[in-house]
Amino acid sequence: MGLSEINLAVLVASLIVASTPLVLAALGELIVEKSGVLNLGVEGMMIIGAVSGFIVGVETGSAYIGMIAAAIAGALLSLLFAFIVLIMQANQVASGLALTIFGLGLAALMGHPYTGIKSPQIQTISMPFLSDIPLIGQMFFQHDLIVYLSLIAVFVVWYFLNRMRLGLVLRSVGEDHDVAHSLGYRVISIRFLAIMFGGAMAGVGGGYLSLVRVPQWTEGMTAGAGWIALALVVFSGWRPGRLLIGAYIFGGITILQLNLQAIGVNINIAILSMAPYLATILALVLISMSRLHGKRGAPGCLGKSFVKSV
Amino acid sequence: MIQLIPRENVSPVLSLLGPLFSIGFTMLIGGILFYFLGVDPFAAIKMIFWDPIMSETFSSYSIPQIFIKGAPLILIALGLSVGFKANIWNIGAEGQYIMGAIFGASFALSLYPMNSAFIFPLMVLIGIAGGCLWSMIPAILKIRFNVNEILVSLMLVYVAEQILALASLGFLRNPDGAGFPGSRNLSQYPSASNSELILGTGIHLGVVLSLFMIVFFYILLFRHSLGFKIKLLGSSPKAYSFSGQNPNKLILICLTLSGGLAGLAGIMEVAGPAGQINIDFNVGYGFTAIIVAFLGRLNPIGILFAGLVMALTYVGGELTQFMLNLPAAAIQLFQGMLLFFLLSFDLFVYYKIRLGGN
Repeated sequence: MGLSEINLAVLVASLIVASTPLVLAALGELIVEKSGVLNLGVEGMMIIGAVSGFIVGVETGSAYIGMIAAAIAGALLSLLFAFIVLIMQANQVASGLALTIFGLGLAALMGHPYTGIKSPQIQTISMPFLSDIPLIGQMFFQHDLIVYLSLIAVFVVWYFLNRMRLGLVLRSVGEDHDVAHSLGYRVISIRFLAIMFGGAMAGVGGGYLSLVRVPQWTEGMTAGAGWIALALVVFSGWRPGRLLIGAYIFGGITILQLNLQAIGVNINIAILSMAPYLATILALVLISMSRLHGKRGAPGCLGKSFVKSV
Repeated sequence: MIQLIPRENVSPVLSLLGPLFSIGFTMLIGGILFYFLGVDPFAAIKMIFWDPIMSETFSSYSIPQIFIKGAPLILIALGLSVGFKANIWNIGAEGQYIMGAIFGASFALSLYPMNSAFIFPLMVLIGIAGGCLWSMIPAILKIRFNVNEILVSLMLVYVAEQILALASLGFLRNPDGAGFPGSRNLSQYPSASNSELILGTGIHLGVVLSLFMIVFFYILLFRHSLGFKIKLLGSSPKAYSFSGQNPNKLILICLTLSGGLAGLAGIMEVAGPAGQINIDFNVGYGFTAIIVAFLGRLNPIGILFAGLVMALTYVGGELTQFMLNLPAAAIQLFQGMLLFFLLSFDLFVYYKIRLGGN
């Protein structure tokens, strides 16, 4: 086999599938960070979503019900983080790490009896007419519902942040919580909701991993996807459109290295497997280097605790 | 209404009580969890926290094991605590631990089977350098390009794990190993072996060094100006800059210390208890050490106790795995829970709570 074995249409289609969990989780985190909270627990929420979605999917026989369960599980776990950070005023960095450690442990415990089982199938939905376009049809219009929903979600998040009043309120809370508070906005409530949205999105992202992308449950299967989603948010400059592009570039690197492994290119598998992580570091460096980008887009109160002053 | 009033001085009593309460709460919630897993909660809690020290059947093996497992945790946590105080978040100690082991072991194995008294100390130094090298990447990227050190240090853990795979399947694979993955066993190479100091216990140089480092860090943090600078940078970066100090230098120092100690822990482990470089060499000490650092309240003496408690949960956890068939993940869950309780309890350390209206 050689490089010519790689089919472009299949490559792009699988690139989109590989990127979808990242798009979902990173979009959620984008909203969380825009509200001024840094939740480093994305990895933990994703893996809880992955295991819950898988268990419910297997038990009910429906991948869709599994996805819903994944969202609920992610949101529930994020509630724990929200309570500790917003009510107990704990350090956000440390609490996010705790969430990841806790989530990985809980998921391993929950998923133990489900190792090695196959998940229920999710149907792909071919877009009428569009899916018949040669090449492009196969690349973009023969996917499952979640892929389409993730693209809609990118638009909805953009619209919410830039065109809706509530989005403006959310951004103002993230920019300066003291000012937002004195204007009468309920900082804590808004952040609670944002964190839960982030949890649900990370949960679905995880569920997509275990139900569609892999589709199996293995311990620690997120393998840093949650951290990469966090990096994507920084890379995007807190903008949904760029986040999507970033996620697809990243998915492209992952798929390309997997394909190179599969066709047996003369590069060590371990070195190919490093590629996604090295690419993430490189992306972070490049984005920090470009002077144009700077800190623009980073919410002013990111990571700071809010204590109601009287 | 509940009102939070920041304390002028951090309450020292509550600061000490926090970790104790957290351990208590973790036992309570953990017990409930065990009940639902169909395990007798009292037996399980007793086996994790009591039997390793007090049981006649287990303690002769378990007590030295607590120190052996505690040593890497304490070493790594000491290094991390300095950075955490200064708001520099190195969470990739796991990767630095791996790289320390690979660097040191590569040096020693490249000289195999030469015998020399210089090999061991050089190997340890190169191990430390390996850890430093790995933590220098996030340090330099942060100083030079202001790249987030949390994400970079963590990404490098995954890279280090791949290098570990590369080493155990490739460049460090034992040529006499019949094709099995894994390097030569360093414990069978006298010049490089980190052999036990007290016969039959497994207590090795790393344990002694971890205790020595506690003293060193205590002096560094409380008797040296560097400790003051670290606290200043952590609590008020602006004041730090106004005082004419260069924060970059401190970033470099903090990441060198944490990377170096993680590397030291790695080389001590690979030449001692682990014996060889293999795919499953790292067992998460680098991540657990983050919990140890917080459980010890970022204080060297606190870290000593925290490291031993956390090692106890490892040893006790292994016991419950054998005796009660409890999954290994339960202990990780325990550790995550402990950190949650600790962080929550900080509210009472830093704030007074007033009930009632304004």
